[in-house]
Amino acid sequence: MSKYLLNKFLFTVDRDPELVERYREDPRGTVEWWESTQANLILNCHGGEASTWLRFEDAEREALAAHDYVKLFEMGAHPFLTLTLFIAMFERDYEEPLGFQKEYARKLAHMSLPYPDIAT
Amino acid sequence: MAELVAVIASTVHPFYYRASTATGEDRPPFADEWVRKVEAFRETLTRANPDVLVMVGSDHFHQLWLDNMPQFLVGKAPFYDANWYNEEREFGLPRMVFKGQEDLSSYILREGLDAGFDLAFSNELRIDHSITCPIITLRPQNDLPIVPVYTNIFAPPLPQPKRFVELGRTIRQLVESWPSDKRVAVIGTGHLSLELGGPRQFGPHGPDPEFDAKAVEWIAGGDIEGCLSEVTLDSLHKPGNATHGFMDFMLMMGVAGEGEKADYVDTYDLFHTMEAYFTWYPRGGRS
Repeated sequence: MSKYLLNKFLFTVDRDPELVERYREDPRGTVEWWESTQANLILNCHGGEASTWLRFEDAEREALAAHDYVKLFEMGAHPFLTLTLFIAMFERDYEEPLGFQKEYARKLAHMSLPYPDIAT
Repeated sequence: MAELVAVIASTVHPFYYRASTATGEDRPPFADEWVRKVEAFRETLTRANPDVLVMVGSDHFHQLWLDNMPQFLVGKAPFYDANWYNEEREFGLPRMVFKGQEDLSSYILREGLDAGFDLAFSNELRIDHSITCPIITLRPQNDLPIVPVYTNIFAPPLPQPKRFVELGRTIRQLVESWPSDKRVAVIGTGHLSLELGGPRQFGPHGPDPEFDAKAVEWIAGGDIEGCLSEVTLDSLHKPGNATHGFMDFMLMMGVAGEGEKADYVDTYDLFHTMEAYFTWYPRGGRS
């Protein structure tokens, strides 16, 4: 399992306004494009020096493609990264202030301590 | 030698800026009292009349990333741009620019390395809300040069709590031995109990009011020994999954000193996490 790569996806999408919108509108396509062209890029290095070994496991790819933040939490993706990106994508769909954040908490209500390990 | 004129520890609430500047229907009911408390807290820094601010905070996966993650990092640059796109997006924070106090950065790096802390450094650091929020609350005119110090409270494996306390003690020694006539304040931001991206997030109070009460008592009383006897990397998961930010409060207790009671203490029970504000005036620091 590659918690690091899950986090790398969340991190690189969250910091790019265009990618945030693209992932919201077309999650499956964005995940496929990202895994095939971006996953192995070492940040701050040109493409000729990319890594060769990073890929998602099927369950990880599916969790990202399904916008399944509960599954991402269960897999040990960094909760701050997941929360921040998902707020950016979905807070706008809720009338009440913090409506999305509270629903997010409710959907995780079955989780108890200790939470999944987030160490990478 | 430089004089340490104030030690300030604060929670860091990125929603303050938006809440305090909102008007009319957008202004939340808790904003006025929050502003009043923050302005009273601000006065404790103003009164110390500092020339330079050492700012302790933590990057939230903005510039520091898992391919190259330092545990403790000191900025050394003439300027620091600040706040990131995703902080503008989520919190409405403004872009800011800070002046750096490079000679103090150099001194802390050289002497810190020689004192046993293998500090990382950055010559081009864009800082985030862990440092901009306390400037907004404590020094909104943003007229003083800074030395940013980042700690890793975020991406395990993390340093042990006692290491944060030791770094705080070392920062104190280095500020007080810096050959300069400047008046220095050390300001650090941390968290009390906090949950982010988990089932206990965004409740009507912080996730663990009992921990918060105990934490405020430790900090206000300078009870480093008591705090270290109960707080471990494992125990901090219990009050909330982002409570490791409490270790920056422990660092600030190290700056203030064992048994040193805070001269100013205030708290504000808000949704999501409790606010807490502490100021110490070290001996001779009163102006």
